[in-house]
Amino acid sequence: MSTPTNVEPIVKGRNLVKRFGSVTGLNHANFDLYPGEVLAVIGDNGAGKSTLIKCFAGAHLPDEGEMWVQGEQVEFKSTHEAREHGVETVFQTLAVAPALDISANLYLGRELRKPGIFGKVFRQLDKKRMRREAGEHLQDLGIMTVQNITQSVETLSGGQRQAVSVARAAAFGSQVIILDEPTAALGVRESAKVLTLIQDLRNRGISVILISHNMPQVFEVADRIHVQRLGHRAAVITPKTHSMNDAVAIMTGALQVPESEQTLGPVNVPV
Amino acid sequence: MSAPATPDYDLEEEFATKRSPIQRIQMTLHRYPWLSSLIVLIVVIVIFGLVNERFLLPSTISLMIQQTVIVGTLAIAQTLIILTAGIDLSIGAIMIFGQMLMANLAVYTTASNVLPIAGQNPMIAIILGVLAATAAGAANGFLIVRFNLPPFIVTLGTWSVFMGLTLILYKARTIQGPEMPEVMKFMGESFPVGPFNFSFGVVTMFLLYLLFAWILKNTAWGTHVYAVGDDPVAAQLTGINTKRVLFSVYLVAGVVMGIAAWITIGRVGSASPNVDPMLNLQTITAVVIGGTSLFGGRGAVIGSLLGALIVNSVEMGLSLAGVDQAYRTTAIGLLVILAVGVDQWIRKVKA
Repeated sequence: MSTPTNVEPIVKGRNLVKRFGSVTGLNHANFDLYPGEVLAVIGDNGAGKSTLIKCFAGAHLPDEGEMWVQGEQVEFKSTHEAREHGVETVFQTLAVAPALDISANLYLGRELRKPGIFGKVFRQLDKKRMRREAGEHLQDLGIMTVQNITQSVETLSGGQRQAVSVARAAAFGSQVIILDEPTAALGVRESAKVLTLIQDLRNRGISVILISHNMPQVFEVADRIHVQRLGHRAAVITPKTHSMNDAVAIMTGALQVPESEQTLGPVNVPV
Repeated sequence: MSAPATPDYDLEEEFATKRSPIQRIQMTLHRYPWLSSLIVLIVVIVIFGLVNERFLLPSTISLMIQQTVIVGTLAIAQTLIILTAGIDLSIGAIMIFGQMLMANLAVYTTASNVLPIAGQNPMIAIILGVLAATAAGAANGFLIVRFNLPPFIVTLGTWSVFMGLTLILYKARTIQGPEMPEVMKFMGESFPVGPFNFSFGVVTMFLLYLLFAWILKNTAWGTHVYAVGDDPVAAQLTGINTKRVLFSVYLVAGVVMGIAAWITIGRVGSASPNVDPMLNLQTITAVVIGGTSLFGGRGAVIGSLLGALIVNSVEMGLSLAGVDQAYRTTAIGLLVILAVGVDQWIRKVKA
């Protein structure tokens, strides 16, 4: 592995604060995601996991603190702005329009128009191209065959919908994909497929943030684990350095890990 | 439904599932929501045609289509709004508001003589009437989007507001056909097509249906209308400006109501503030029978035309069969309930 020792985080957050009325979602939280890694974010309910990633997804604007994506300081006012910086999110609710077909969902909010007068003046969509390319994206991820592309999303199973959402996130040259509880609503076998998909994304060089409650899954796919507690980062560990019990102990506050024992830097860098 | 437990499990297999014939019908209807209304329309026409041969006379069919023109045109506006999971109760009131403005500007009346343009150019009067309806639609949209108010309540309010304004501004006076310039009544003029007789209003209605069917299917705006109605939160998360989409829908609906105002003057032959006060409910009936879901995100504009035609065919067929008005009204009511029931069943479709 020839990774340089001074790798900069692809996504970085410092002193992020987000309040909802009298409730503090984030309390001076730090965050680092390194290129090409799967970073799991775990924490108890209310620890601020979702709030944290929603800041990077563009769904929340932090009250205080600074964020960087690919070295550039950013302030996302919408999911659209986050996307433009290469950060795509698969929300827990998947954010799909169930009645629309797979290709319409893949291109929702960034539809392709026909070239020439039909596209420019009459704003006609290039449905053929959207269907063809949607099929290619799904096939790329090994998800399904092309002839199903006009099927409406509500006729798909939970795992298939998840796959469509992940494909949407991965389809547009994104560098970072945030997955919010991707397996929470899935059975064992469908979960396994989604985990394979996550590893597949990493193999393509995409950095992944995985929010999950499921410890075995986290320890299976994550390179590093960010433990969120009481609105800030309690520790960053790896499946190699710490056990699941340690992770739970950190989450609940029973265990404090000194910074020297944490893995704050990228894991695949030779120290 | 569980796939066999093979180690080389693949999501691909799950896409090719076997379905029973009933499920397949459900799937097809789910895919083409207007299909059930087309079937119903054909059944209605066949039954009434067998019962009474006069039902299938070209003159009867021509009349039936002409009778559909007001509700049919307004149903386009209602469909757009219902697709976003909204509803518009002010639809008839806004149309009448625009219609009375048009007529009063085209003629020199006590209500309009303060304005220098009154009685000058009927084309300008028509354009201003359409613009007034557009502004009224936009006002609905503004209240709904800006203050996050439920469309039902907003349009319940504007329904009364525009009915009241119409009476205040135009002194509740009917402007008779002979008073108005010919252009005002253009939409009511008809021409023969073979044995049939079509008015320009009917042609305009058909063209509007084609236009909106095309827009909804082939533009990003159309896709976004469905997405916003389907799941507004999801639509927003995918980067769609849901507020802008919603506002634009109410504005565009206002344009359609303005055009319907002109068509109504032609169809009725005069401009009266007392056109059917139930137009709002009639358009909702047409939309629902046409297979568009009141929960939003599902349906097609073409279904509403079929829905309006079904209502009129049933009315016409039953009245030709000598059935009393009370029974006809009851029959339409049952049809609406049936349509909503079918919609619920279709929505339950699963992989």
